[in-house]
Amino acid sequence: MKRKRSVLMPVYAVLILVFLYAPILVLVVYSFNAANSTAQLHGFSLKWYRELFHDAATLDAFRNTMILAVSSSLISGVLGTVSAVGIFKMKNKWVKNVTRGVTNIPMMNPDIVTGISMMLLFVFAGRMLGRTGVLGFPTMLIAHITFCLPYVILSVLPKLRQTDVNLSEAAQDLGCTPIQSFFKVVLPAILPGVLTGVMIAFTLSLDDFVISYFVSGPTSQTLPIRIFAMTKKRVTPDMYALSTIMFFAILFLLIIINYIQMRGEKKQIEKVKY
Amino acid sequence: MKKFAAVLFAFITVAMIPAHLVHASAAVDPETLRGTTLNVYNWGEYISDGSEGALDVNKEFEDRYGIHVEYTNYTSNEDLYAKISGGGASYDLICPSDYMVERMIAEDMLEKIDFSNIPNYKYIPEEYKNLYYDPNNEYSVPYTYGVMGIIYNSKMVDGEPDSWSILWDEKYADKILNFNNPRDAFSTAQFLLGLDVNSENAEDWQKAADKLKEQKPLVQSYVMDEIYNKMENGEAAIAPYYVGDYVMMAQNNPDLRFFYPKEGTNVFVDALCIPKNAQNKAAAELYINFMLETYIATANAEFVIYGWPHTGVLENPDYIYKDNEYLYGTVPVKTEFFHNLSPETLALMTNLWDDLKIEGSKSAGVYIALIVVVVAIAAIAVFGVIRKKRRESQD
Repeated sequence: MKRKRSVLMPVYAVLILVFLYAPILVLVVYSFNAANSTAQLHGFSLKWYRELFHDAATLDAFRNTMILAVSSSLISGVLGTVSAVGIFKMKNKWVKNVTRGVTNIPMMNPDIVTGISMMLLFVFAGRMLGRTGVLGFPTMLIAHITFCLPYVILSVLPKLRQTDVNLSEAAQDLGCTPIQSFFKVVLPAILPGVLTGVMIAFTLSLDDFVISYFVSGPTSQTLPIRIFAMTKKRVTPDMYALSTIMFFAILFLLIIINYIQMRGEKKQIEKVKY
Repeated sequence: MKKFAAVLFAFITVAMIPAHLVHASAAVDPETLRGTTLNVYNWGEYISDGSEGALDVNKEFEDRYGIHVEYTNYTSNEDLYAKISGGGASYDLICPSDYMVERMIAEDMLEKIDFSNIPNYKYIPEEYKNLYYDPNNEYSVPYTYGVMGIIYNSKMVDGEPDSWSILWDEKYADKILNFNNPRDAFSTAQFLLGLDVNSENAEDWQKAADKLKEQKPLVQSYVMDEIYNKMENGEAAIAPYYVGDYVMMAQNNPDLRFFYPKEGTNVFVDALCIPKNAQNKAAAELYINFMLETYIATANAEFVIYGWPHTGVLENPDYIYKDNEYLYGTVPVKTEFFHNLSPETLALMTNLWDDLKIEGSKSAGVYIALIVVVVAIAAIAVFGVIRKKRRESQD
């Protein structure tokens, strides 16, 4: 019995890895393909990477996507942390549960419903203010912050529960103002949760198509919208190149973050030892 | 020598300025538009964008006039319609297809174009003026055109087919593709059956839907752009699509052939239009005129590889598809435009299409399986709760 398991385990692990990474691998291979069709492999070439840096529209879309993803994840990170702390401190259990439930609902809401309702809201609000053409970068930013917010709250709340409530009181006893105690004691304790939330928000914002499609205007087209619009004709291989670069950039980022976290944990363990 | 060149260049530039001004005398002076923004909403991959050494048309426009171009893309006429009619976004220039132009004119969504600002309109061939969707030529400037036909792989298909019926040939089961949008897919059946593609008669649509149901077991998949890969690598043998796309595919797979089915086929024109809520109409007209300049139009025509209704392009000796037998050869069969359908017919078509796509997936079986799964999960949950309660009461 035991031997059987030891054979199955690596097989299973390899299968999962293949399942996860085979599509990305294919993408990477085709990004180095000299031909413009997936029907042919014409040998190694950096042509599509060169193309990418001459494709102004794609680079524009990429810049918009990054600005949007960074700003919406940071803003929703701050807002989400504040709301999580607020929810955590609620005294009335009923109100607390209802609030938590209400913040979770947008996550379950299908993207298409969120997208259409947001668009209607923006257009309606624009009409009230007597303006047409309200859709654009600001509305996209608002929409992205909105759908990222629940994920941040969801990842910060458990961290808050893990921290000792008495910690911030102790800090205040020792002379901290409530705000100081938050920044010096509570925030460092929940920082991993905040970071996770921000990272989830970043990736969600980065590849959101449906909601963006509805609330985008004549400016600030994002990458997913551009790629999707290419389906009238062929998706050009410089998209493979761009995706490859993005994949490795994010992989690199994740490795660094993990490394920093691991070092932090090690230090803590050492501290506990002495 | 260098000096001479510089002087000559200066002279040419100076000489050109008055010519340019005279040329645009009736028009708005482009200089007054410097620093403004133009919002262009176009199909994806529908303009020469500077890739693979091609001309970057938008950059050229920005450099020449100092007008910033915000260029965004949509995927279908219906998406475009939704965006414009929603009123949330204002665009200055759009490129709807014929039937959508008709609909937008009918719904008062388009602005009349001031053709005195578009002297290059002279390049548009007579046969592309006054088309049915814009009979008095007030709202649109044709940009591209194309004809639907059937693409097949000569290594996988015997003989030389000439009819839509090949899409129903059981010999090629699982090697046939069809459009993944209702209007185009229905038209393949309508042409075969000799029905009017613009029929307002429910029975006609039902007949076409039945024909498509008959075809469904033979269809490998309903596709849009996936057709490129599937046809190029021989995964599929037969597919209806547009002639320009065939020219592009044939460059990657020389075994591919193309024909116009004898029963007749669809022709489309995509046209540049200015929507009602445009904020920068003068710049939009300047942009249309710019797009009709021969060297710009040629660059676009070589990039998009569709038929280009522009005499300057057709006579340009450098245009690589100048005498392409497919793009510019005569179409030996009857061609028909799609017209805007009434809302009822559109709804009927959408319903029939949904039926077609869902039917055959053994819907009853799927629902039963779903119910079984849900019941099983519920049972496990209930069971777990009961066990927990029992344990607690024992404690």
